[in-house]
Amino acid sequence: MGLLSFFLRRLMAAIPAVGALVVATFVIMRVLPGDPAVFFSSSPVPSAEETAYVRQKLGLDRSLPGQLVVYLKEIGTADLGMSFTTGRPVLTELRERLPASLELAMVALALALIVSIPLGVMAAIWSGSLLDHIARIVSSIGVSMPTFVTGLILTYVFFLWLGLAPEPVDRIDMFITAPPRVTGFLLIDSTLNGDWIALRSAAGRLVLPSVTMATFVLSPLTRMTRSAMLGVLSSDFVRTARAMGLSDRTVYVRYALRNAMLPVLTTMGIVFSTMLGSNVLVERVFGWPGIGSFALNALLASDYAPVQGFVLLMGLLLVMINLVIDVAYGIADPRARRAT
Amino acid sequence: MMHHVLALVSHARRMVGRNAVSAVAFAIVSLLLCLAVVGSVLTQYDPYATDLANVLSPPSELHWFGTDQLGRDVLSRVVAAARIDLFVAVCAVAASFIVGVGIGGLAGYFGGTFDLWTSRVAEMVQVFPLFVLAMALVAALGNDLRNVVLATAIVNLPFYIRLARIEVGVLSTQLFVEAARAAGNGDVRIIGRVLLPNVMPNLMIQLSVNLGWAILNAASLSFIGLGIRPPTAEWGIMVADGAAHAMAGNWWLVVFPGFMLALAVFAFNLLGDALRDIFDIRSR
Repeated sequence: MGLLSFFLRRLMAAIPAVGALVVATFVIMRVLPGDPAVFFSSSPVPSAEETAYVRQKLGLDRSLPGQLVVYLKEIGTADLGMSFTTGRPVLTELRERLPASLELAMVALALALIVSIPLGVMAAIWSGSLLDHIARIVSSIGVSMPTFVTGLILTYVFFLWLGLAPEPVDRIDMFITAPPRVTGFLLIDSTLNGDWIALRSAAGRLVLPSVTMATFVLSPLTRMTRSAMLGVLSSDFVRTARAMGLSDRTVYVRYALRNAMLPVLTTMGIVFSTMLGSNVLVERVFGWPGIGSFALNALLASDYAPVQGFVLLMGLLLVMINLVIDVAYGIADPRARRAT
Repeated sequence: MMHHVLALVSHARRMVGRNAVSAVAFAIVSLLLCLAVVGSVLTQYDPYATDLANVLSPPSELHWFGTDQLGRDVLSRVVAAARIDLFVAVCAVAASFIVGVGIGGLAGYFGGTFDLWTSRVAEMVQVFPLFVLAMALVAALGNDLRNVVLATAIVNLPFYIRLARIEVGVLSTQLFVEAARAAGNGDVRIIGRVLLPNVMPNLMIQLSVNLGWAILNAASLSFIGLGIRPPTAEWGIMVADGAAHAMAGNWWLVVFPGFMLALAVFAFNLLGDALRDIFDIRSR
């Protein structure tokens, strides 16, 4: 199967998931406690007529399928409603905050990969050795540490005690002007602007939260790398490569690691999903102005439009990530294109 | 029946002896279970008794883990919290295990449309960040203990459905299942006596790892202010309440409940590997 048709088929397969997601957010919205009509009334103690008026304006007087149609229309026009805690459209809020969350998650993922792939490879090459055991114990401890505890302890040690880390508030020092917004990723924007002071400050603030997140996903990545590597190392082509007198380095890196990366790629979807979930906790601990902390504050204030928008965005993001991973897999291993 | 149990026990003993890591996992889990059952009998103080003359005192001989901002003994609270955290985890995991293995087993055994739909739905749910899903569920169902259990159970369900489905599906095509059927066994008997014992090893690992995850999930929910509420002695709440004071130098408010939480999750994760050795009938 050609790459393009494979891609299109994966894209089509993602449509039901998106549909289910939209319906799910709609249902969650309707079963959440509280009457939005009362929330959106202008007076604190609305009269019956006023509530009825607001209800009609919000389309809440229609039947459920009717409301679903209204909801679909709103999503179609990119209208995710208003957040009454911030008084701004949910879409604007999410658009402003999404880069903060993504920047954090991507840096954390990069960090986790840099540590776990060499660790997993070494654990497989010297399996049963002391290093293998240490790798296993370290990653087991990492996955058992609640992210909020790791975050607080790191803050205590590196900010309060050693004074090495900046205070756990926001993405950049409050006395430093943020670079003009291009991508919303502070690391990229400040580099584009040639603003090294801002870059340093933004990078500094990223260290502790990204280490916190990376610790949590170290275990699945290391384990997967190790077991994939073990499988590949015992295969015929590696034996042949060895028998032909290729150096260890060539065998391990060029032949074994390349093939072992495929299963690791598939775990990446789960890992990214885990990270977006733990984002809520990490953002809370580090005062990070991302979508997770936004959704959480809204949820605790019974402000449901942002929650709905957040869940929708999260779902779309994950459908997209899984699509990218599937396609990457299809490019790397053409046999995978047949399977689905 | 009795000799089955005895065989299992002696096998377990052999396996534990063989593997020091398993022994450690068993020891920690037993200790935690003991704490959860007897709990407050062991500690000197009432976990809810405030002592305003003695707030935020560091660990000492009187208060091994120090006292919190209301003068409550942190050790007593950490021990009392073991019960509620383990209770939530055990209830949630038991519920998703029973329902999930039931649905997944049937889907794997009989196949067909039912199989197609359940695995589609399970797959779809699993793509989503589980913690966010649990968060939304608790908010939707109402903010209390029962719903934390329910949300944790629902979020875990897809794992059991998929695992039981795959395991049962693969096994059903094996020769020994054919043989059991040829010998005149009905579906119920085949599922109960032939298939279930064979899928147990992998389910047990899942069960144990999930217990750890469920504890983490419940504590994380209460950390962000959902589910179990203060002043309940619970690890997540203790960390959340202690966070502000900890940043003023009172580290023991975060370190001890955080350590207990991590220890519990760690022990159940390790136990998962140990259980595989015990229940894997092929390795006996």
